[in-house]
Order: sequence, then C-alpha cells, then structure tokens
Amino acid sequence: MKIYLPLDSFAVACGADLIAETLRGEAARRGIDLQIIRNGSRGMAWLEPLAELEIDGIRHGFGPLEPADVAGLFDEPGRHPKAIGPVEAHPFWAGQTRLTFARVGVIDPLSLQDYEAHGGLSGLRRALGMSREDCLEEVTQSGLRGRGGAGFPTGIKWQTVAKAVSDQKYIVCNADEGDSATFADRMLMEGDPFTLIEGMIIAGISTGATRGYIFTRSEYPIVIRVMEEAIRRAEAAGLLGEDILGSGHSFRLEQRVGAGAYVCGEETSLLNALEGKRGVVRAKPPLPALQGLFGRPTVINNVISLATVPVIFAKGAAHYRDFGIGRSRGTIPLQLAGNVKYGGLYETAFGLTLEQIINQIGGGTATGRAVKAVQAGGPLGAWFPTSLFHIPFGYEEFAGAGGLIGHAGLTVVDDGTDMLKMARFAFEFCAVESCGKCTPCRIGAVRGVEVIDRIGRGDAAAVPLLQSLCATMKSGSLCALGGFTPYPVLSALTHFPQDFSVKEQVDA
Amino acid sequence: MTLTSVRTDSALEVLAASLVSHADREGPLLPILHDLQAALGQIPAEVLKPLAAALQMTEAEVWGVVSFYHDFRQEPAGERVVKLCRAEACQARGSEDLAGRLLAKAGISWGETTQDGRLTIEPVYCLGLCACGPAALVDGRPVARLTLPSLEKLAGVA
Repeated sequence: MKIYLPLDSFAVACGADLIAETLRGEAARRGIDLQIIRNGSRGMAWLEPLAELEIDGIRHGFGPLEPADVAGLFDEPGRHPKAIGPVEAHPFWAGQTRLTFARVGVIDPLSLQDYEAHGGLSGLRRALGMSREDCLEEVTQSGLRGRGGAGFPTGIKWQTVAKAVSDQKYIVCNADEGDSATFADRMLMEGDPFTLIEGMIIAGISTGATRGYIFTRSEYPIVIRVMEEAIRRAEAAGLLGEDILGSGHSFRLEQRVGAGAYVCGEETSLLNALEGKRGVVRAKPPLPALQGLFGRPTVINNVISLATVPVIFAKGAAHYRDFGIGRSRGTIPLQLAGNVKYGGLYETAFGLTLEQIINQIGGGTATGRAVKAVQAGGPLGAWFPTSLFHIPFGYEEFAGAGGLIGHAGLTVVDDGTDMLKMARFAFEFCAVESCGKCTPCRIGAVRGVEVIDRIGRGDAAAVPLLQSLCATMKSGSLCALGGFTPYPVLSALTHFPQDFSVKEQVDA
Repeated sequence: MTLTSVRTDSALEVLAASLVSHADREGPLLPILHDLQAALGQIPAEVLKPLAAALQMTEAEVWGVVSFYHDFRQEPAGERVVKLCRAEACQARGSEDLAGRLLAKAGISWGETTQDGRLTIEPVYCLGLCACGPAALVDGRPVARLTLPSLEKLAGVA
C-alpha cells in the first residue's frame, strides 16, 4: 500500500506527522506493508493534511485528515467521508497551468530519481550544451521578470553579471521574503528543492559564477531541513561541486539561515547579512550585479525566478513566453491567503482578474461574509476594494491601479475589518522592521502610527499630514520597506475613507 | 560565581568548536551566532571579545550584529517559546484577538517571559502558513488553524 502525505509546512502545521504515525500504527496492526511518501503540498491548503492513496495507478485524495479518519482509508476508501476523488481531477488542480510548480506535490522532493523521471535536469543538460550567450538569450527571450516583486527582467540582470569581469562571481537566492501571504518560496523549496538547485546552476553557467548561496528565512524550519538534505544529495550525485555532470563547469552551493529580520528580504540588506553584518540596506548604485556579495558581481534572484529557469530551458523560451498578458509573460503562482474559503497556491498564466481569483477560485471568504478588500503583494502592497476586481493580474496592470503584484500573495479580508487599523499596522510593522539606515523609514514609520492615532481620535487635520508623510516616505526612502509602506496606508485611506472618518463624526 | 564561570567555560567551548567548523566559510558570523544561540539559548556577553578577535572585527561590530537580528537573544527565553504570527493574513483569520487572550491568560506582554520562566510569547511576522492561519511556531514547530483552546494547550496555559 502506497500513501502520499505531505512534509509541507501547511500539512505538518495541521497535523500531518500525527497522521503519518497513525497510518503506520494502523498498517502494522493490520499486517499491511505500507509505504508513506512525504511529498510536497498540492497547494490546496484547506484540505491539508491531504493524503493520497494510489488506486490502479491513480492518486485519490483524502482530506483534511484527522487521526480518526485514518482507519477508514484501510477499509473502504471509496466511501471515505473525506474522499475528494482523483486529486488531479479536482477543479482547483485541473484549472492550473503548472510550469514552475509542475512537480510540487507530485514527486518525492528528495528523490533525484523521481525528479529526473518527471523532467528534472533536462533544462540543465540543454544549458550545458549551449554557449553562455545563447543561455543568456534564452532567459531574456522568455520574458521572465523578477518574481520577488520588483519585476526586473531576469535576462538583463544576468547579462550585466555575465559582462562584468571578476575573479569570483556569485549567484544568491533570496529565500528570505517574509511578506505576509507569501508561501510560494516555501512550498517550492519543501516540495521540489532540486528545481531551485538546477536553476541556480544554470544561472552560474550563464554568468560565469561558480559559487551560490541560498539565504533562507529562519521562520521556515522545514525548508531549512529539506534544502540542506537536497544540497547534500545533489553534491553526492555530482550535480554540485567540481565538474558538474562531467561538463567542466563547477558550482558550489551553500544554504545560510537568516535571523528573523524582515528587511533582509531586500536584496542589499540580504547581502550584508550573508557577509555577517547588520542587515542594513545599501544605497544603489553600485548595483549588486556589479558590486554585490563581498563587492563581487552577483546575481540576486528570488526563489521563484530561479526555480522557473529549468522549465524555460527544458521547454524553450517561446513556450514560457506564450503564456501571459502584455509585459507579464509566463505563469505566476498566486497565493490565496487570509480570510479565503479555498486558500492555497494556484499557478496560472498572468491575466486572470481579481474577481476570478478571489471569488471563483478562492470561493470568497472563509467566514462567509462579504469580501471587503484584498491586499496584493504583501505588507507593502495596496488594498484593492471589490470595485477594482476587474483588474487583470499583471505587473503594469496593477501598477496602473495604484498597487503592485509583489510576490503574488493575496490577503483577503471580510467586511468586519477596520481599514484604519490595517493602515496603522502597516506603519507599526515598518517601525519594528526598519533597518534604521534612512530617516524617512526609521522616523516616518513611528510618526505614521501617531498620525493615524490622531485621525482615529477624530482629528481630520491629520489627514493631509498623513498624505504628506507618505509622499516623503515614498520618494525619500532607500528601499521598498519605507518606500512602499505608503501603499497599504494610502490605498486604505483612498478606498475606505469611511473607516477614517467614523470616529471623527462620533467625537464631533 | 561558580555558575558564571562554568557557563563561561561552556560558552567558550561552544565558540571554539563553532569557529573551527566554519573556518572555511566566507562571512561566517551569522552561522556562528546561530550555533551559540542553539547551544546556549542566548548570545552570552563573554563571547563577544574572543569572537570579535577571531573574526578580526571590533566588539562593537559583533554586538551591532547580535542586537540587529530578532533571533539572537541577549537573555535566555522561557522553557517554551511561542512565536505567534501577527502578519496581515493571520490577522484576517482572527490572530489579534487570539494573541490578546493568550497574553492576558499568561499575564505577560509581547516579548516577555512568565515569572516562573515557563513561557515566552513573541510576535513573528509570517511563517508562510497564510492560508491556514492563525499560525505559530511552538519551540520551532509550525502549528496552524489555531483556536484559543488549542493555542492555550500548546502554550501550556490551558
């Protein structure tokens, strides 16, 4: 008997380890030979822990499982109350276009054999047969842009590093993006770590970098364990180290663990953390591409950007580029979070509207109340009211509506939410996490909390002050933390003015 | 005094072992501090001088790094550490109310340890469990879909 049960944090946090233990106990009691494969998550978070039982070669899903549900899996699985049928026929799965996440939830994340059997390493093998120029051209032609939020064309970044002359170049993976509603990085690294490793090796070959670092958040203990083991196995298989797969190229890779500073998701402060310094932001220029880690030319990309590179090489730039809209090419792993009925990860081509994403795919709120707003792109992203739900998901499309797609995380809140409180929290968070280097962020965040409290006490004169403070932070901050905190604040004020004036009327 | 010197000895031993194991790493300060934190539960003041000397840094520079990052403690935490997520997605699922009740029950504020030394409650901003909130790390273990009873049980204040 073969059962898949995720090692993913969603599943484990909802009790998967206890389910695994119960499964083993039940199998032993019945004298059944049971094989449990700890896979990644399919991304249907509301169904976790989601076990899959292979019946006639088709994986049938059962979830969300509790220990009391386990015995039934051995009796009559077809009549199990938690049965959802064949997993890949489930509308949430069947509707997706999985390119970056094709193997996540499907394979054993730590089996290189499974990885190769599902198309892994074919991108790297193709890249090894190409010239450096052709590799760079492939990435550029794919239209891939930074999935960390800034949306900078990945190919251009790589070209800059490739042209730079240095005795040492680096590939750095930013796995320290702690935006709320962001779990794509975590799911990818837990569910298919070799994809990230393969993407980083290709980046190394394309730019002439021979060392790589993955800087992982300490808040992701399972990622850290899975990634360490994946690197160890890749080294043992000759995929990392000297003479990769007999190609003459070498690439050394190491994982470093962050220490709980949100700002280290900003690329220059991440580089400082990697160097063993305070994670304060560096002024740009110089660009990290020219003077990055230890002052050397450095590609610094987000997890999803790097993990998308293998499929671009395996299927060709055109295949990837043909998905999407406008200048947003390819697919994007949407992360449905917060108060949403069907929360989880949904990879699809750019271009779905928020209405389709939140109400159709996500099923509206989990509480069953009306959706009030959606925060797109994490704590530094704008709140979108339902009147903007016709906007299609794309970099320029969201920017045009006064927001950003960020890391494609979407936090849904219901009509019981006080947007003034959410705006206040944005400043509070910025004050806690500011690195302290630039004044608009360091002082502005603290003043922001105070000004919002004045508005909350009914002081209407504080509204223009809030707007002025936001303008200063937006234009004067060194990085996105101070520079983008005005997005959630001003969008809340613009779209939900009633939440900023109710108390004023009461007091008056 | 005896206790302090025993701890100094063990802290210096941990430091020495860590320096050796990271000798060939570039920029090894964070991995070393993680080793010290894991083994000693805090970054004791007495390691600053030898650590700075070994890495050819000033004590002030090392202290600057220790004090910058939330994970490095300047004094030990309680026996159980609950890091409760306060980020927006968990808030959307009621985490603030949950946090308020837990803190009240434990009789402490954010970042504090109960007087009996059993429990520390800290805020954390996102654990990547945003579709299953409210979420927390309890002694480093991720837990989600928290309710007040389940959280109180995990925190040992039920």
